[in-house]
Amino acid sequence: MKNIKFLILGIFFAIVLSKSQAISWYRFYEMFKFQSFHMYGIIGGAVVISAIIMQLFKNGKIKDINGNKIVPKPKKKGFISTIFGGTLFGLGWGISGACAAPIFVILGFKLIPALILLIGALLGAFFYGLISKKLPN
Amino acid sequence: MDFILQPWPWFIGGPLIALSLFLYFYFGQNFGASTNFETLCTMAGAGKFSDYFKKDWKQRDFALLFVVGLIIGGFISSTYLIPNQHVALNPKTVQELTDLGFANTANQYFPDEIFGKNAFSLKGFLILLFSGVLVGFGTRYAGGCTSGHAITGLSNLEIPSLLAVIGFFIGGIIATWFIIPILF
Repeated sequence: MKNIKFLILGIFFAIVLSKSQAISWYRFYEMFKFQSFHMYGIIGGAVVISAIIMQLFKNGKIKDINGNKIVPKPKKKGFISTIFGGTLFGLGWGISGACAAPIFVILGFKLIPALILLIGALLGAFFYGLISKKLPN
Repeated sequence: MDFILQPWPWFIGGPLIALSLFLYFYFGQNFGASTNFETLCTMAGAGKFSDYFKKDWKQRDFALLFVVGLIIGGFISSTYLIPNQHVALNPKTVQELTDLGFANTANQYFPDEIFGKNAFSLKGFLILLFSGVLVGFGTRYAGGCTSGHAITGLSNLEIPSLLAVIGFFIGGIIATWFIIPILF
């Protein structure tokens, strides 16, 4: 049961997103319309603080729970895949107001609509897996 | 207790998201959410159709527990922690959405036009399903979502993540400025 801490972290993360309204459809609509600072403050604040944390990981100043150096995995490269894949993701996010983690959180708010979103996301990931070798990177 | 029940401002939410990222790495894993879509496909037997899904999902049991936590956390939040779902939107946003025919704007987290009874009409069902497909396909193609690219990747100064986030915004802006007004 050493992984039970991830369950608790999931509960915590969901509460943070819910309480700061970072799962609200309206907040993302407002963000993409550049009509509010709220979401930029949340994401920007998280990125700035995380950047400092990442430096501490890389310098070895903070080690993980087992005393190992923390090395964030490098992201896969590819201009077309990141821009084009990102754009498709953004289209879905902009319409539904739900990105990956919030889809699971929204299950606790709007069960059936979130379930439809989740089934869609799984179909999308499945479809990607089927054709991934044929797509340009 | 009063603070818990109020909406949290951005300067609380942002740092607590960073704390979540910190703990995820401290527990020995890379922070992200969207790889779980793949893992769930693998568990459902997608490996029969493509080698892409032939992975050992048991190695990602920690991430699946995180997902279970997200669902539980959502239920706890909606049931106990948010007595009032009012969102303090920009009045301009409220006016725009009202003009588009959105009723009851900002008095709840999720508009009825997408998450209410409409979800059970053919149009509403297809809007949700197709958005989900775009999210699932796009995030796998781009290699990450808001957690993996926008937060983890950007804070790690990854160029691919910057490109992905530019893509997120291109898509999000097209969706909100052009597609939403056509759909509603």
